[in-house]
Amino acid sequence: MNLLDRKLFRDLMRLKGQALTIALVVGVGVASYITLRTAWRALGQSRAVYYDHYRFADVFGALKRAPDSVADRVAEVPGVSKVYPRIVKQVLLPMEGLVTPARGEIISLPMHGRPPLNDVLLKAGRLPEPGRGREVLVYEPFAKAHDLTPGSTLPAILNGKLQDLVVVGLALSPEFVFAVDPGTVVVDDERYGPLWMAKDGVAAAFQMEGAFNNLVMKLEPGANEDAVLNAVDSILKPYGGLGAVTREHQMSHLILTGELQQIEILVVFLPVVFLAVAAFLLNVVFSRLVTLQRAQIAIIKALGYENRAVALHYLKMVCVIVFVGSVFGLALGAWMGNAMLDLYAQFFRLPMIRSRVDLPVSINAILASFIAGALGIAIAVRQAVTLPPAEAMRPPSPARYHASVIERLPLIGRVAQTTMMVFREIWRRPVRTLLSSLGIAFAVGIVILGRFGEDAMQPIIDMEFGRKLREDITVNFADAVDDGSLSYIGSLPGVLESEGLRQTPVRMRVGARWRDTVLIGIPGNSQLRRLYDVKARPAHLPHSGVLVTGILAEVLGAEPGDLIDIELKEGDRSTRQVRLTGTVEESFGIQGYMRKRELHRILREGASSNTALLRADPMQEVELQSRLTDIPSVQSIARKRTILDKFEEQTRRTMKVVTFILTLFATAIAIAVVYNNARVSLSMRSRDLATLRVLGFTRGEISAILLGEQAIQVLLGVPIGMVLGNLGAEALVQGQADPEQFRLPLMISQQTYAFAILVILISALVSALLVRRRLDSLDLVAVLKTRE
Amino acid sequence: MSESEEHGVVLAAHDVTKTYRMGDVDVHALRGVNVGLRQGELLVLLGPSGSGKSTLLNILGGLDVPTEGRVMYKERDIAALGDRELTRFRRDHVGFVFQFYNLIPSLTARENVALVTEIAEEPLDPREALELVSLADRMDHFPSQLSGGEQQRVAIARAVAKQPDILLCDEPTGALDVKTGIRVLEVIDEVNRTLGTTTAVITHHAPMASMADRVISLSDGRVYQEHENETKIAPRDLSW
Ligand SMILES: Nc1ncnc2c1ncn2[C@@H]1O[C@H](COP(=O)(O)OP(=O)(O)O)[C@@H](O)[C@H]1O
Ligand SMILES: [Mg+2]
Repeated sequence: MNLLDRKLFRDLMRLKGQALTIALVVGVGVASYITLRTAWRALGQSRAVYYDHYRFADVFGALKRAPDSVADRVAEVPGVSKVYPRIVKQVLLPMEGLVTPARGEIISLPMHGRPPLNDVLLKAGRLPEPGRGREVLVYEPFAKAHDLTPGSTLPAILNGKLQDLVVVGLALSPEFVFAVDPGTVVVDDERYGPLWMAKDGVAAAFQMEGAFNNLVMKLEPGANEDAVLNAVDSILKPYGGLGAVTREHQMSHLILTGELQQIEILVVFLPVVFLAVAAFLLNVVFSRLVTLQRAQIAIIKALGYENRAVALHYLKMVCVIVFVGSVFGLALGAWMGNAMLDLYAQFFRLPMIRSRVDLPVSINAILASFIAGALGIAIAVRQAVTLPPAEAMRPPSPARYHASVIERLPLIGRVAQTTMMVFREIWRRPVRTLLSSLGIAFAVGIVILGRFGEDAMQPIIDMEFGRKLREDITVNFADAVDDGSLSYIGSLPGVLESEGLRQTPVRMRVGARWRDTVLIGIPGNSQLRRLYDVKARPAHLPHSGVLVTGILAEVLGAEPGDLIDIELKEGDRSTRQVRLTGTVEESFGIQGYMRKRELHRILREGASSNTALLRADPMQEVELQSRLTDIPSVQSIARKRTILDKFEEQTRRTMKVVTFILTLFATAIAIAVVYNNARVSLSMRSRDLATLRVLGFTRGEISAILLGEQAIQVLLGVPIGMVLGNLGAEALVQGQADPEQFRLPLMISQQTYAFAILVILISALVSALLVRRRLDSLDLVAVLKTRE
Repeated sequence: MSESEEHGVVLAAHDVTKTYRMGDVDVHALRGVNVGLRQGELLVLLGPSGSGKSTLLNILGGLDVPTEGRVMYKERDIAALGDRELTRFRRDHVGFVFQFYNLIPSLTARENVALVTEIAEEPLDPREALELVSLADRMDHFPSQLSGGEQQRVAIARAVAKQPDILLCDEPTGALDVKTGIRVLEVIDEVNRTLGTTTAVITHHAPMASMADRVISLSDGRVYQEHENETKIAPRDLSW
């Protein structure tokens, strides 16, 4: 081994605490990059391949009912390359062991061959055969939740009639990567499952022979989407078309895209923060090292080594640190990347393509770390290189201190000399103090980011499930039923209170802007549905006129007082003008509300409902649910408590992992910043401190001088970190997939702030104590003897 | 016939001045110095603290460049060389010994010597060099495990290991007590005699002048006296 390398190795051993903590930060930076890139790539690639192989559609349209020939007309629309008409129907699956029947969505399969679009991925068994109306494919996660295998029977209520279906296969589909029951916003494998059945079977069960009610399309590359959607809508309008949408509005695709977008934000932000912190710490440590080794550098130069050799020497040192960090980071990243994909696999059902090691990504990560490392020590190395060998033989002139501004404040005029020392030290290196505080701030911010999601969930839960939805059970009917027959439900044993809602699909339009949405009619004196405005005050439901969710008003560019064109998609499908009287704040979707009576007037119909809200006596709920299941026109039954539990479980489960990982990451920063700063301070001031000890200061007093400086940096970092955390949270909230579908409120609780601060303070304290131990063993005599 | 050839001068400063700018004031460390180092001699540079000895030595050894004047090594003006060539010059021709030894603390005695032999043309074996200063048995000790005198002897071994043409020592005994100081001077004297290395030793301690072939006294950046000793006194016989 070359002698300079031997020196390097031994120097590093002496610096091992600092080298390791910095390597840790580098490692975490590399790991975060690898993890996120691995997850992003696996998810993105798997999606692309899956969509391609199973021909995921570009455009989705639902309608009431149209003869098959209409599909051919859609196929003529310029830009449309392929059209696949299907029948999609909601069914109830009264599974054994479930009080509330599960919801099924039955989708027709073509009579011959595979679906030309939105094909199914057969995981077990075979496709149903035409002519055997009871054979179905079952969505694999649903089948697993109920122990269904090919050959099992599956009870289903098709069009009001209970039948035993025969499971012939298990399947997945690109349409249901993220299978969320549209009525409930949660993934619940037990209670929601798509089914596939040969078209003749579905048609027979729902009297849909020769007709379809769902259309999926593939577009030609470069097709004008808006033009296609318009053309398709106008063809389907007479058949109760609900407005075609592109993939971007398809729930499964939307959520998957949202996840990928979030990763894209983090994958830039996180590694940059960690590498910047690492670079800064390397700068601090190596500047000190070069100062300490002035005489050594000089003698090496005096002996005839070239500047290049000196520069290389320090660069190599950083390379070792970065290398150790990178190796650790690669391993951690590979492991965490896998863990993240395992977590994804619980929510995203697609054949996940997992690449073992992504070489270019790993190389990028390592390269970026080396560049950060090299930048970090650039100044120090420059110092070493430009140090004239003769100059270096002279001890450095005493550092220059100034009275800090703080001291000049009249009030603090009489502080202890030791306090003064702390302030002067900080004042002498304002940039370093600031950057250290910034490092701490990032750590605080990252912990906040890791935890704020959970905070944001609580107001949603309180608002949506606590204050807005006040029923226990929500019953949906396939078609609106007369309110007279609804009173039958209200009189069932166990029903404490009941209300009917009327929901109708509409297109709302203001000028050129429009959205397909739902208009919901609520009884004027409703007890079970409450609306709230932006300030969470109860919103007044006007006698005539409409309230819409804030985001819908924004999209339409409508202000209270404006007239909205409401194009009906039911009844005579005419357009009505209704005045916007206000907005409501909701977390999910875009919709409008009006008085039920008013909605009936617009629809020119008698009192009817397609949703019943029930408050139920818990003692009689089981019995009640089974009665409800028996009602033929019931399409779905949902229990609020179950949805809420699922929602909480689902969010908590993901959040816990994220919180844990990010907290760990942030801890690495806090420890490295405080430890390295304190070590460098100790090295720079051990003479001063030893002198003070000789003069009779206690250990506690000199610790206070050394660590006081660190404490100030940390305390300065905390409020900055709270601001940064807020900004980061805002960026993530803004990066949400589609605010029209789901809005995460920007909400950070006191507990989260407290948690973040506590985590960072504890990490800082631990590192400070580690350094303090060295202070206790300060050798007074030796320190006074050493030069410099 | 030039002066250098006449006396066998190897390294010489001609009208060398050195001015440091300290803020608004100029510090004249050297105010026109003419000095020649003759082949094989042991020269002592004497002068009070601040008289410019170190500055002169650094300039002679290519560690620093003069503000004005020439520094001739044989036929070459090294004052005109760039950083790279100066490095080359030091590597090939000069050995340094400093007051504070300047050993690399993370390298053992042998490794400190090897630091030089690794890059020299015709070096001694590090062991040989350490034997010369009677420290072969402490070869694998780190500087922190050696006394000041021992450290200085390692520094001398390091300086001579490459068999330099010139050995420059800046107050080599400045940080040592009398006894160890004398031991170090003996080593320098022995290197000068046995290897015939041209040697310059700086000191502010007048009695040391008696061990030299020639003594040049500096005062306030100027040479104010120069004389040759008829008889040299061995270091151990110096009256301290
Ligand atoms: N790098 C420097 N910057 C400013 N002044 C210097 C520098 N080096 C030396 N001097 C000044 O030059 C003068 C001569 O210094 P030096 O050669 O070290 O003297 P000596 O070695 O004889 O004690 C002194 O006044 C010293 O302060
Ligand atoms: Mg000197």
